[in-house]
Amino acid sequence: MTLVEYYQYVVVPILGVSVILVFIRFLKGPSLADRVISLDMLILMAIGIVVIYSIIYDQSTFLDIAMLFALIAFLGTVAFAYYLEERKKRDE
Amino acid sequence: MNELIVMILSTIGSIFVLSTSVAMFRKRDVYLRINVTTKTATLGLGLLLASAAIFFQEYSVTTRVLVTIIFVILTAPIGGHMLARAAYLNKIKKWEGMKIDDLAGQYDPKRKVLYSEKKNTSFEPPVDYDKGPKKT
Repeated sequence: MTLVEYYQYVVVPILGVSVILVFIRFLKGPSLADRVISLDMLILMAIGIVVIYSIIYDQSTFLDIAMLFALIAFLGTVAFAYYLEERKKRDE
Repeated sequence: MNELIVMILSTIGSIFVLSTSVAMFRKRDVYLRINVTTKTATLGLGLLLASAAIFFQEYSVTTRVLVTIIFVILTAPIGGHMLARAAYLNKIKKWEGMKIDDLAGQYDPKRKVLYSEKKNTSFEPPVDYDKGPKKT
């Protein structure tokens, strides 16, 4: 079994199942904080999937996109947390 | 030999990601779920990226991988902490099985200041955060 076959039959399905589980939490999540943290986790897993595909297709330039995803995940989480804190103040 | 190391590292990393996503699905509370995400950020993503660095074996790829690992390890706990603080200040419902809440009564909900001592033991904050230090 070559490396590419192993990735396509074992590692990518594992990551796909985990993406599906977190996406169910993203749809179900009772509060907004649940959705935000599951979105953060989805982007983190997208970094892993990009890395796996860069190995499968032997293209090291895909790793730039992984770096960009890390930046966007942090910015999105911080912005949503700030929004969650300040939102209550306007309602009162 | 090299391929075997890449296979083992990426398999352990992906199993870590799967375990944290199962925990994400099954945990009952916002705070427990926030606690879970940093594991996939540190060990899962770290092992997956390290497998890419071993596979390519170039300096440019290795530096990119190191920068990504360091950035994710630094920022994921910060984001989780900010989100947990926002959730606590918004009084999002806790799990009924929670026994100890160390932050109960410590946060001033108006000014969003955390007191480091218990407030209910006749404690007054020494500094008025709006006007500066108190003059005696």
